[in-house]
Amino acid sequence: MPTTRRDFLIASAALAATTGARAAFAAPLTARAIATPASDPFVDELAMEALNAARAAGASYADVRVGRYRRQFINTRERQVTGVNDSESYGIGVRTLVNGSWGFASTSAMTRDGVQQAAREAARLSRAARGAQRRPVELAPVAAVKGTWSTPVTRDPLEVPIEEKVALLLSANEAALKVPKVRFVTSGMALLREEKTLATTDGTLVTQTFIRVGPQFTATAIADGDFQAYTEELAPRGNGWEYIQSLDMPGNAERWASLAAEKLTARSVEVGRYDLILDPTNLWLTIHESIGHPTELDRALGYEANFAGTSFIAPPEKFINKFRYGRDFMNVQADRTQEGSLSRVAWDDEGVPAEKWLIVDKGMFKDYQTTREQASLIAPLTGVKRSHGCAFADSWSSVPFQRMPNISLMPGEKDIGLGDIVAATDRGIVVKNRGSWSIDHQRFNFQFSGQVYYEVKNGKITGMLKDVAYQSRTPDFWNSMDMIGGAKSYWLGGSFGDGKGEPSQSNSVSHGCVPARFKQVNIVNTGRSA
Amino acid sequence: MRPRSLFAPASPVAAAALLSREQAKALADRVLAMAKADETRVNISSDWGGNTRFAGGEITTSGEITDTTVTITSTVGKRRASATTNVLDDTSLRRTVDFAERLARLSPEDPEIMPELGAQSYASVAGYIESTADLGPEARAAAARSVITRASETGRVAGDVFVAGFLSANAGASAIATSRGLFAYHRDTGVDLSATVRTPDATGSGWASAGARDWRTIDPAALGARAAQKAVASRSPQAIEPGMYTVVLEPQAVADLIPLLGGAFNARSADEGRGPFSKRGGGTRLGEKIADSRVTLYSDPGDPDLLTRPFDGEGQPIQRRVWIENGVLKNLSYSRFWAQKQGVAPTGGGGGGGGGGGGLPGGLKMVGGTRTTDELIAGTQRGILVTHFFYIRFLDQRTVLLTGLTRDGTFLIENGKVTRSLKNFRWNESPLFMLNKIDEIGRAERTATGQMMPSIRAKDFNFTSLSDAV
Repeated sequence: MPTTRRDFLIASAALAATTGARAAFAAPLTARAIATPASDPFVDELAMEALNAARAAGASYADVRVGRYRRQFINTRERQVTGVNDSESYGIGVRTLVNGSWGFASTSAMTRDGVQQAAREAARLSRAARGAQRRPVELAPVAAVKGTWSTPVTRDPLEVPIEEKVALLLSANEAALKVPKVRFVTSGMALLREEKTLATTDGTLVTQTFIRVGPQFTATAIADGDFQAYTEELAPRGNGWEYIQSLDMPGNAERWASLAAEKLTARSVEVGRYDLILDPTNLWLTIHESIGHPTELDRALGYEANFAGTSFIAPPEKFINKFRYGRDFMNVQADRTQEGSLSRVAWDDEGVPAEKWLIVDKGMFKDYQTTREQASLIAPLTGVKRSHGCAFADSWSSVPFQRMPNISLMPGEKDIGLGDIVAATDRGIVVKNRGSWSIDHQRFNFQFSGQVYYEVKNGKITGMLKDVAYQSRTPDFWNSMDMIGGAKSYWLGGSFGDGKGEPSQSNSVSHGCVPARFKQVNIVNTGRSA
Repeated sequence: MRPRSLFAPASPVAAAALLSREQAKALADRVLAMAKADETRVNISSDWGGNTRFAGGEITTSGEITDTTVTITSTVGKRRASATTNVLDDTSLRRTVDFAERLARLSPEDPEIMPELGAQSYASVAGYIESTADLGPEARAAAARSVITRASETGRVAGDVFVAGFLSANAGASAIATSRGLFAYHRDTGVDLSATVRTPDATGSGWASAGARDWRTIDPAALGARAAQKAVASRSPQAIEPGMYTVVLEPQAVADLIPLLGGAFNARSADEGRGPFSKRGGGTRLGEKIADSRVTLYSDPGDPDLLTRPFDGEGQPIQRRVWIENGVLKNLSYSRFWAQKQGVAPTGGGGGGGGGGGGLPGGLKMVGGTRTTDELIAGTQRGILVTHFFYIRFLDQRTVLLTGLTRDGTFLIENGKVTRSLKNFRWNESPLFMLNKIDEIGRAERTATGQMMPSIRAKDFNFTSLSDAV
């Protein structure tokens, strides 16, 4: 059993020499400095073999993604560990254009024969699709690029000893269990490292390493046949272990758990219209659902009609620079370069460099999220001929398609925070953290809830409420936003698991925002008598 | 330097074909021979998938995937951890075994750990159908064209309709082996086809879907026609005031709701006072009437309509299990740990660890009536017909209160006939409440692979607001 780093290196070297497979994940369990990801000659060579085979099979364009995914999940409840799971997945996906039709095939057979066979299979799928193709696919131009990039982290979470991770979680649980009536606590973390090499027949060859961490904490309080759970909004991030440490879960758990206990005595909300004050810990998801998804161009064009749905922001010619999303202080930015964000890349899965652009500019809808295939479809309306770099495949075995970049509500000019908005409100409700969320398939009607709710009267928080959900219609909702926080109140939330596409793929995406107030929003009661 | 391995032959375990029983056994034995832990479990999953997606009347993406993963779960004393890899040469497997063992040694003791299972006997379930496993890209493209062509013809009265859909075929072999002598192997196939048709005036949308183990039981053209008929009929929907209405839920709409009760049957949550079947003051509602007396809900891997894998991830055999019988709560779902603690038999579906029981393994079938959806409509004086639901989320775990929306065909029924198309609704409702407000249950129909659901006519379904979405 290779227990030292030296043994491991020897084993890896022997492995590389005999099978060519790279050392998978037997990195030592102790921390080490993170090297800049080097491109791997073996992977690069396999990628070239696949591209050559695709060309030989008739592809006018092909791209390949070699992925090596390392995922670790640690889960605990109360004083025990309920799971330590570590997985790696390694393989290649080949996408081909033959006569303007897409094909895709993937395999975990990482040999010359294996990848060539996948390339030929992809070309076969392209040909099969030809019989049901109305117009050939056209790709927006992109400059060939070579390089490497890695999420900047101080400490790779996969290299942190398992004892340290478990100790942190159990210590948080212990702190939570001190709170009277709190009987159950679950906590956990998802730690991901994804190495991805992209090679295209246009001459691009890039290798990127993405590191993401997602902590989790929920406390449940029980009394008199009732139970109330509280989940802290611990945003997943494109960061290293240092981010998990910065959350100080052991130091904060008692305070979080006390909110679960307090919910047992919260007053059930009276239905009606209130001024709604959304903390960034809740608003990020509302942005995701009601701005992020409807501005995906593939949804607007109907490509998602059979699954995730279409968009009310369609057809593009009736909405670009014509649709007022909100007041003139509303600016929404898409950004794949943002520090610490989940969808940060240097290049997307088509080799397009990461960029930022405005989705909503001074309240007006300005642009969609695009890939190389889509850019030309709206270029006459936006004047943008290049892709915005939104192609993403969640695995080597998945076909890349348009996925959401980080999309954020930019801070207002006045540097105010949640407290200032509360102070300026006569009758309202503050909502914190994500609860339940549901929105229709064109992104009009939504109903969202949170984890905790506070009643606001005459500029002051007067008590905790429960059973609250806010329900609205997207254009009405955003046009009712009359106050937003400034830069000091900006916070970056996000999700590891945004589903879209068939077969369904999962995207990680962040949304930054400031607290905001929405006038006279419909509040429903979700209590058991509803 | 060109690595020599580029010229090595493809590894046999990475071939496109699924692992046979013998191959899976050989792979498991290789892994078990490397293990040094007190106990070891090997879970092998060997999968093929082929899919074709279409929109705007053309194929937009299609793909094929083959992969084999091996998960090694090592137990050292009361410490357990697992590691997974899809790199299957000896060196990588050995490294993964070592890694799982190192993780296990480093993990704290789990007071609820259960020993790995020894040899078990399983019912044989014939869920593998060649017609599905052989559904290649050309056949899938032809099926997509059938859907598009027939939907376009059927929808012609509304103009040039937009047709989108998805066809996905899968074949998989799964095997489990433990150092205590257990070996389980199962193969199955599944295929799902769905289509959405939208009218050019953007006021009508229809949907239809089918799921089966056997591709030959699915008629793509008929499915395309059904989606198009819905789209045409759903044009120009009218708004009616949200409120409590009698509903006729088509089997797909029922299938969107009933499986979400799965977590409610978790025995541990119920015993610990935090489940919908917890009794106020302690205990559970086992043996009590929790639904209309016509409702029966069960799981059974061997049911010819379900044909699911007869064991769970630990190798625990899965038997027929009746959850609700004639409205009475008959069974809860017990993990091996919780079953031992409570002195009952485990139901399977547990993944080990501290879970109380995992979902409802062995497929799901709800029975209670014999009539078709059309007959339920004919017997409705005034009500709302729902094709299916969308974006369902929990509002309250205590009551399984959910919110969601109707989608792709919502209609008013008056005097036994569908009279007009309605705007979609948001609703806040619990399937538990609904099962107590049943007017009539229809005949169970296949709604997905391993799932049979009836149409239902229920009173006072709580529609809370209108949606402009089409």
